[in-house]
Amino acid sequence: MGMPLLNVEHLTMRFGGLTAIDDVCFDVRRGEITALIGPNGAGKTTLFNCITGFYKPGSGRITLSQGDADPEQLQKLTRSGRRHKAFVSGDLCLLERMSDSEIARRAKVARTFQNIRLFSGMTALENLIVARHNMLMSASGFTILSLLGARSYRRAEKEALEAAKYWLAKIGLYERADDAAGSLSYGAQRQLEIARAMMTEPVLLCLDEPAAGLNASESAKLNELLHAIRESHGASILLIEHDMSVVMRISDHIVVLDYGRKIADGTAAEIRNDETVIAAYLGIEDRDLHLTPALPGA
Amino acid sequence: MIKRASLAALIMLGLSFPIISYHADMDLTRGLFLESRWPLALALTGSVFVLRVIGEIALLWRKQRQPTTKAAAISSGFSPGAMRLIAFAGIGALIAFPLAAVFTLGPAGSLKWIDNYGIQILIYVMLGWGLNIVVGLAGLLDLGYVAFYAVGAYAYALFATQFGWSFWLCLPLCGLIAACFGIALGFPVLRLRGDYLAIVTLAFGEIIRVAAINWTALTNGDAGISLIPRITFFGVPFTKAKDGFASVFGLPFFPIERTIFLYYLILILALLTNFITIRLRRLPLGRVWEALREDEIACRSLGIDTVAAKLSAFAIGAFIAGIAGAFFAARQGFVSPSSFGFIESATILAIVVLGGAGSQLGVALAAIIIIGGSEFLRELDVLQDYFGYTFDPTQYRMLLVGLGMVAMMNWRPRGLVPARQPSLFFKSPKPVAKAFIAEGRG
Repeated sequence: MGMPLLNVEHLTMRFGGLTAIDDVCFDVRRGEITALIGPNGAGKTTLFNCITGFYKPGSGRITLSQGDADPEQLQKLTRSGRRHKAFVSGDLCLLERMSDSEIARRAKVARTFQNIRLFSGMTALENLIVARHNMLMSASGFTILSLLGARSYRRAEKEALEAAKYWLAKIGLYERADDAAGSLSYGAQRQLEIARAMMTEPVLLCLDEPAAGLNASESAKLNELLHAIRESHGASILLIEHDMSVVMRISDHIVVLDYGRKIADGTAAEIRNDETVIAAYLGIEDRDLHLTPALPGA
Repeated sequence: MIKRASLAALIMLGLSFPIISYHADMDLTRGLFLESRWPLALALTGSVFVLRVIGEIALLWRKQRQPTTKAAAISSGFSPGAMRLIAFAGIGALIAFPLAAVFTLGPAGSLKWIDNYGIQILIYVMLGWGLNIVVGLAGLLDLGYVAFYAVGAYAYALFATQFGWSFWLCLPLCGLIAACFGIALGFPVLRLRGDYLAIVTLAFGEIIRVAAINWTALTNGDAGISLIPRITFFGVPFTKAKDGFASVFGLPFFPIERTIFLYYLILILALLTNFITIRLRRLPLGRVWEALREDEIACRSLGIDTVAAKLSAFAIGAFIAGIAGAFFAARQGFVSPSSFGFIESATILAIVVLGGAGSQLGVALAAIIIIGGSEFLRELDVLQDYFGYTFDPTQYRMLLVGLGMVAMMNWRPRGLVPARQPSLFFKSPKPVAKAFIAEGRG
């Protein structure tokens, strides 16, 4: 039996006296959409930043396993003090030891941001091509060969353009490929940011509130896109979302945080009927728990 | 309107009270006396009031003429075809310039034009393009750029005077040494952004200058390094002697021949800088510089090595300045710390900002305006006939630069060429309005 794609163990993150994440453990299984939900300030984005390397967690272990390494190998890697190790089946990475760009490059974890972070002065196409930087950079002989006129870069660039074309068509922005990213509508920008993350060919895609600010039809399109990513691109998805209709419809597995602790973990149906979750969302006293019927709107 | 004009006049009055209204002078008996100049101060205050009223009226009139203010946001610069035409015409004019000057003004009369205008402007065009990589593309505000220029100049001066190495060997070497200094500056400032980056780079520029003053064993301090060997035509000196350039090529000897050679040399160096920059922009490295300017955190989330990207921008910018510095030393035959003060950095930065950060054409135009303009003030000696012999037009240089900046902030806040050409496209390259473009926070 192999390991889950992402395995978070006893993760704790403190900011001064505030414990933003307190001993959280959960898994993201391969090929699934996992949702991370919780009330405002529950620590969802902090957890995201720990996984993607933008914060260094105080303690705990975050393992990303691309192949099927067994726990013994993981144990060995952890003791060795190294950050990652390549196996025949794929890399085993300890994300809490790696830097943000290293996580994206080596562990192949891509992310989007709660407040969209596109390169707004560059065109939609350029945004996607920048995401291929590492592949293009080595193809251009780290710039030097290409400056001297080597041809190897042409093929790599053509291939990147094909990929960009594919993703632009997928999110319905092909016609606007040459427009500045900053001139696109809000919903289009959200989709473009996801496409840009996908251009890095990740194994795990982390989306921070992808449906925030989208209207009903845009939100439906997003669902479709996420399903397509999971089905045909082999990327597993971890997402933070407030919109319960989105969460309940698309996620295979839901993790609920409150005050930095995990309070529930299960399928949509299980979470819907979980009393602690309902209490966290509605702020009901513990003794009244049994009176609450179900999560409204779910 | 009247209220705002009155306020401006009041500020002028406040300013003129300590500066203009009293004037200490010596009379014939060499005694100091205080001369009151209230009428002058009041006249200036009055003229500020009138000018402000006129300005307000002009603004009002403009607003009424175009009720939509959208025009400013959409102004898209030149189309690529027009851009290419301008570029070719410009390069053609630059190549023809010294020959035309010699034929119209004669070898003696054209010297000033080729040297003071041609070479001087082209040095700044090259420096502007070099700094454009750091500030315009990578968005790293560098206030000490002249330091790399100084490193290149001193490196050539020392190599040439101490070891007698040739210019052509020293040119790339000076560039490489300056690039090493660029990386040395880059490392400590990797984590700094915006204002903090600007302060550290400013300090770096001063460190180099102060080191050049005080490290007398190496740099000969304030006295500078003189007798730097003059440039030769690939080994053939520009002298009257038998083996000189003129006799070898069977031409009559004129001192201007060296100047013309220097002109074409800096023209080639500047065009090479431009060519490399344009190539880099279409390669992943250049594109990632622009991405870095737009959003560094997003870059990191895409697995981009931002350290390498920043250091390469610093290094390549410094390399270009180092080469320009070596050229400067070879042209002057003399280097001293006074050539590398903060005002030089500020001038180069002003060229980049006025040109529209990131735009190659804009930077070239801005260099012509700023450097050519201040040289042109020297030509205005005729004005002394009207204003008296104490009138020195060059004293007004900074005033005019200030006026230019105010005008620019009003009409072209993002530079002369306020649009960015995309580095690649599917259908047609649409210039991106500067309104969408980040200025970079380091």
